[in-house]
Amino acid sequence: MKILKLVLVIFVSFLSSNISLAKNPSDLINDIVNEASLILKSSDPVESKIIKLNDIAERSVDINGIGMYALGKHKKSMSEDEKTKYKKLFKSYFLKSFSSRLVDYTDPKINVVSQKKINEKYTIVNSILEATSKRPQVKIDWRIYTKNPDKPLIRDLIVEGLSLARTQKEEFNSVIQNNDGNLNSLFKTLEEFLIK
Amino acid sequence: MNKIFSILIIILFSQFQLLNAIAASDGEVEISSKKSDGQKVVKDCFETVNRGIFAFNQGLDKALFKPLAKGYRKLPQPIRSGTSNALNNLGNVVTIPNNILQGQIKDASMNSLRFIINSTLGIAGIFDVASYYGIEKRDREDYGQTLGALGVGEGCYFVLPVLGPTTVRDSIGSLANVAGGDAWYNVTVANNTQYFNESDYYFTRVLSGVDFRAKNLEAFDSLENTSIDLYASIRSLYLQDRQRKIENIDQATETMSDEDWEEID
Repeated sequence: MKILKLVLVIFVSFLSSNISLAKNPSDLINDIVNEASLILKSSDPVESKIIKLNDIAERSVDINGIGMYALGKHKKSMSEDEKTKYKKLFKSYFLKSFSSRLVDYTDPKINVVSQKKINEKYTIVNSILEATSKRPQVKIDWRIYTKNPDKPLIRDLIVEGLSLARTQKEEFNSVIQNNDGNLNSLFKTLEEFLIK
Repeated sequence: MNKIFSILIIILFSQFQLLNAIAASDGEVEISSKKSDGQKVVKDCFETVNRGIFAFNQGLDKALFKPLAKGYRKLPQPIRSGTSNALNNLGNVVTIPNNILQGQIKDASMNSLRFIINSTLGIAGIFDVASYYGIEKRDREDYGQTLGALGVGEGCYFVLPVLGPTTVRDSIGSLANVAGGDAWYNVTVANNTQYFNESDYYFTRVLSGVDFRAKNLEAFDSLENTSIDLYASIRSLYLQDRQRKIENIDQATETMSDEDWEEID
């Protein structure tokens, strides 16, 4: 009987450890905003802040997905080797630009106001970056990829209606098109940005 | 009045077609611009020239507008808010006719009410008394937006010295301001009145630019530091912003095409 109880307990704990709870997209944004806020207002050195912010980004942003989206039509003409190289370069580029954008803010106050499920794959979370004496209030919407409800990921930031992912896509397209469609020109530009 | 308006529209449209025909002859770069009925393209017809003008504007910004905006930022907050309110209030004289042209009668009424209250009780718009009484601020409208709402396409994208990014349609829209569509221009520049001078108009235009630049100092710096092709980024942001304003879209869910993301899984 004791053995049976023990087996049951082990079985139940095993089951519960595998029952995953779908994370609400708004909670994801609240969590990362709070975490980032603590980092930004801390007295840590800038380098330390950047490492911590990058850690948040790697956990909560679909960097590969955004990278592929930003390539647009050019991704079809890429070889597997080029894709691997690009993914690595894009991740470094993304993290560098992400942290350098954020690190100047001391204590941004972002309040999640609502969310809207578009379909099974996407939910938009609406939030407000509170006004300061220097700038007015800013509306920020987050496109959350929810295909895996246990691990929702950010795919786009829409600031006052302007999609950053789309801007990125058009920027990359411009670099490639102005170099006769040569993908290596984009790689070179990204490498130059990283060593800047 | 109707006749005059019709003639004006005809002139504007013929100018638009002419400009578009000239501009389109050099088109190379295509930019996707989402619209509710699918994807379309906006051509950057004179990209080489545009990039040159953009570089000039960047230089001008660094030498003049950015320092001015930084200085403006040092003014006490109530002064900046009052300036911003007064400029916004003045913008209503263009927004209201465009509300009417776009059939936004409720917005036209509310903006008119705001304009009257703020111009009087709010002392030339310095204080936003109307918001205090629950008459909330509405989005600004211009003649470029009205043309867009009437179904006129952007035409070519180009960059103007000092004034920055625009399209053929938006430039023609701006011409409507000086062709009688802007009451503030009419009482300062177009007609001699004993109350205002020509310089008042240009002063408010420059002040609007400085006010906008001051509100976006960090955002511009950030964009500049993280962009690998600043010209392309600004072009994309400008076109997205205009599209959103023309469609009067407030929700992000309405601005984005999911087709864009379909291929990424």
